[in-house]
Amino acid sequence: MKSAVITFPGSNCDRDMDVALKKFGFKNKMVWHQDLELPKSDLVVLPGGFSYGDYLRCGSMASKSKIMQSVINFANSGGMVMGICNGFQILVETGLVPGVLLRNKYLEFICKNVFVKISNEDNAYFKNISNNVLELHIAHNEGNYFCTNDQLKEIEDNAQVAINYCDPEGKIEQQFNPNGSIKNIAGIFNKEKNVLGMMPHPERMIDPVLSGEDGSYFFKNLINNLK
Amino acid sequence: MIVNEKIAIDHGLKKDEFKKICELLKRTPNITELGIFSAMWNEHCSYKSSRLHLKKLPTKGKQVIQGPGENAGVVDIGDNDAIVFKIESHNHPSFIEPYQGAATGVGGIMRDVFTMGARPIANLNSIHFGSTQHKKTKNLLRGVVHGIGGYGNCMGVPTIAGQTSFDSSYNGNILVNAMTLGLVKKDKIFYSKAAGLNKPVIYVGSKTGRDGIHGASMASASFDDKIEEKKPTVQVGDPFTEKLLLEACLELMAGDSIIAIQDMGAAGLTSSSIEMASKGNLGIEINLNKVPCREGKMTPYEIMLSESQERMLIVLENGKEDQAKKIFDKWNLDFAVIGKTTKSKKIELYFDSEKVADIPVNTLVENSPMYDRKWKKAKLPNKNKINKDDINNLKIIEVLKKILSNPNICSKEWIWQQYDHTVMGDTIQKPGGDSGVVRVHGTNKAVAASVDSSAVYCWAHPLTGGKQVVCESFRNLISVGAKPIAITNCLNFGSPENEENMGEFVECVQGIGEASSYLKFPVVSGNVSFYNQTKDQGIKPTPSIGGVGLIKDYNKMITMNFKEVDNVVLVIGKTEGHIDQSLFARVILDEKNGPPPEINLFNEKNNGETLLKLIDSNLIKSAHDISLGGIITAVSKMCIKGNKGINLKKPKYLINEIEYFFAEDQGRYIVEISNKDQKKVLDILNKNAVHYDELGTINENMLFLNEKTKVTIDELKGFNTKWLKEYMSN
Repeated sequence: MKSAVITFPGSNCDRDMDVALKKFGFKNKMVWHQDLELPKSDLVVLPGGFSYGDYLRCGSMASKSKIMQSVINFANSGGMVMGICNGFQILVETGLVPGVLLRNKYLEFICKNVFVKISNEDNAYFKNISNNVLELHIAHNEGNYFCTNDQLKEIEDNAQVAINYCDPEGKIEQQFNPNGSIKNIAGIFNKEKNVLGMMPHPERMIDPVLSGEDGSYFFKNLINNLK
Repeated sequence: MIVNEKIAIDHGLKKDEFKKICELLKRTPNITELGIFSAMWNEHCSYKSSRLHLKKLPTKGKQVIQGPGENAGVVDIGDNDAIVFKIESHNHPSFIEPYQGAATGVGGIMRDVFTMGARPIANLNSIHFGSTQHKKTKNLLRGVVHGIGGYGNCMGVPTIAGQTSFDSSYNGNILVNAMTLGLVKKDKIFYSKAAGLNKPVIYVGSKTGRDGIHGASMASASFDDKIEEKKPTVQVGDPFTEKLLLEACLELMAGDSIIAIQDMGAAGLTSSSIEMASKGNLGIEINLNKVPCREGKMTPYEIMLSESQERMLIVLENGKEDQAKKIFDKWNLDFAVIGKTTKSKKIELYFDSEKVADIPVNTLVENSPMYDRKWKKAKLPNKNKINKDDINNLKIIEVLKKILSNPNICSKEWIWQQYDHTVMGDTIQKPGGDSGVVRVHGTNKAVAASVDSSAVYCWAHPLTGGKQVVCESFRNLISVGAKPIAITNCLNFGSPENEENMGEFVECVQGIGEASSYLKFPVVSGNVSFYNQTKDQGIKPTPSIGGVGLIKDYNKMITMNFKEVDNVVLVIGKTEGHIDQSLFARVILDEKNGPPPEINLFNEKNNGETLLKLIDSNLIKSAHDISLGGIITAVSKMCIKGNKGINLKKPKYLINEIEYFFAEDQGRYIVEISNKDQKKVLDILNKNAVHYDELGTINENMLFLNEKTKVTIDELKGFNTKWLKEYMSN
């Protein structure tokens, strides 16, 4: 399986994502934001970080960078595009996934482990996953997902909610919501479910000596689904 | 403007210093030259009050590649890998403008590390605030934490450990000390020593603006009522540009075009150019019209003294300019050839085709003032006579709850959750333990780091306090299974012109020197921050020690959380019952006098090294050093972290229970071992003449004391975790 990770100026989880993808069997290539063409890939990842310093609005400038036209075309033709954290913020700015990401409710950066429940397994990202509650890691300042009521209805009607913040048992309640996201949303798909944006970082949970191993389940399952 | 004595004094120079400048130049300096002298001769840059004493610190060791004098210290960790590290203060600006002050402190120390070719792999910080009741404390704490996070998080460097304290002596002068560790290949370390004639001098990074002019001079003076007016001297940081600068510099460093490189920190272009010239015994000629400026009509004076952030000065090999420029273009950074190295041994500046400064480099560096300030020796205070009846009436569990929720002991999760501590994917021990630990990417090795200070001990007796901080750093590294290698120190004190403050400095440094020499734990970098003082009120002497150690196989790393029910818990090291200057004495007895706990360096070394042997033989399940709050506080934290309880039993040799559990004797650890290993462990301890107590056994979820008093771990956890969150949300 081939993957590509885009490096924008200010990306800082690009190497971590590269390490994770390779660990689970992807042949990964790093792609510079000023390139025009994507290499042939089964998966394109927009990594976390502070592209363009988060200036103007998180993700907004990166969404206009040269490589993004190819990424958008790739997504529109059914290609798998995953945006993590800042990558999710870039995805909402391109319009590939609906909604926006506001500042965290308590106006503070949050770095900690959280539990998320997989709300839709009928897609190439989560199909066949054995455990539908994952312990992942978040590290963000603007992860407070928001959309209009109309958008929310459409998102729910199309089963576009990917993951929600929850407790270890999978209970989705306000008290387990770290950042004020509407309906505890931690990640969403586009209508076709080939584009996924999410705040948690699975690439930081790929080793028992790190925070945990649920990221490993995620990547192992992902590469199997793509085969 | 014609320079005179009054203008010189306004620049922070003393009368006789100005006289000396005129003598050295054999004329009166012009305003630009005066600005340069004031920047180079202030306390912050010249170390004029401290140099004499710093010389006495042990700085050499088998693993030391670079000691003090460069941008940061460097130690060897084997396999051609080296760790570059340093701690630095940003106290004065952080009090004036907490967000930017703290942010640029973090930015500055990271630059010091990557200037040497190392990729930063971990940040730490030691931050100290005034009384929790003081009106400014909450906002300063919030601003500093946001600033540290804002910069470090954006850079993508994990903040893995830190220390926070509150004490009314910081009411008017908070402390913000930032430390960075970087990883470099031993054969790819870069230095600031210029070499060769007619080599191009290159300016890279952000443009120069009018921010931070005289920042270093501001940091070399006490505060007064007009401190708010100093806001313009605080620099404004841009972590995004620094991230680009980091990547661009490392890309350029992969080749062989750099002769010397120096970041523009305190005193900006002035100190960076002079430092490179001085080390290389050369001159430097700069055309200031070529310096990229953010604002129009900047004068030579402003350009030389600006402390705009995210800038570097490089001496390049001839003919490599185009190749280097391409890299900086790629990262959208300014790149300008602004001058060249010369044989004049002078710093010569041109602006609008006129020579605006012409100063021999040695007058700025070697001939800078050095003072043997008067200082007063501190006496060891007499021990307090504690009324045993008073303490015998105390209920231990109630005291414990008070201690666990004390601002200086309670969980600092509210702080470190705002720092990205897991980016880079190698953090294997998060904040909240004895040391932060990161793996050396792609290897089995890991590096542990901790930052410590004990202002109260240093205030009570500077010599003992100085030793104690080094020992605590040593213990914090050993507690995670790391072999201590070297330290960096950030020496925060009041005014050196006050004999008592100067005495605190001299004796703390002596204590640091004695301990680091005995423990073979040399000082490889650091900085001095004097004048942490408002009017006549100085801070408690606060040397911060950043320690670095190596874990050869990270699978042997130890954490402090209790692991398994029925395992045995030991105290390593002897408890004498020293209560003076303990948290217990201050918080419960309201007793602030008396000597700090004594340091026995032999025991410190022997206990630590024996514990490392036990860890290496896989005999230790968890470990934690005993510091503030004594044995019972340390044990409670291990219970809380591991969600386990303990049946505690006081050994018979020390009569008083309170003294045993709350004393702050040094050189002690708590360790957990499994039943089956007990004999083996005790044999090793006996063989090495290490004192130990059998403290108890681990249970499910209760802390029992002598089988009669009990409390649930959940309750203790509540006391430990609530205070800071509630304080900050009110």
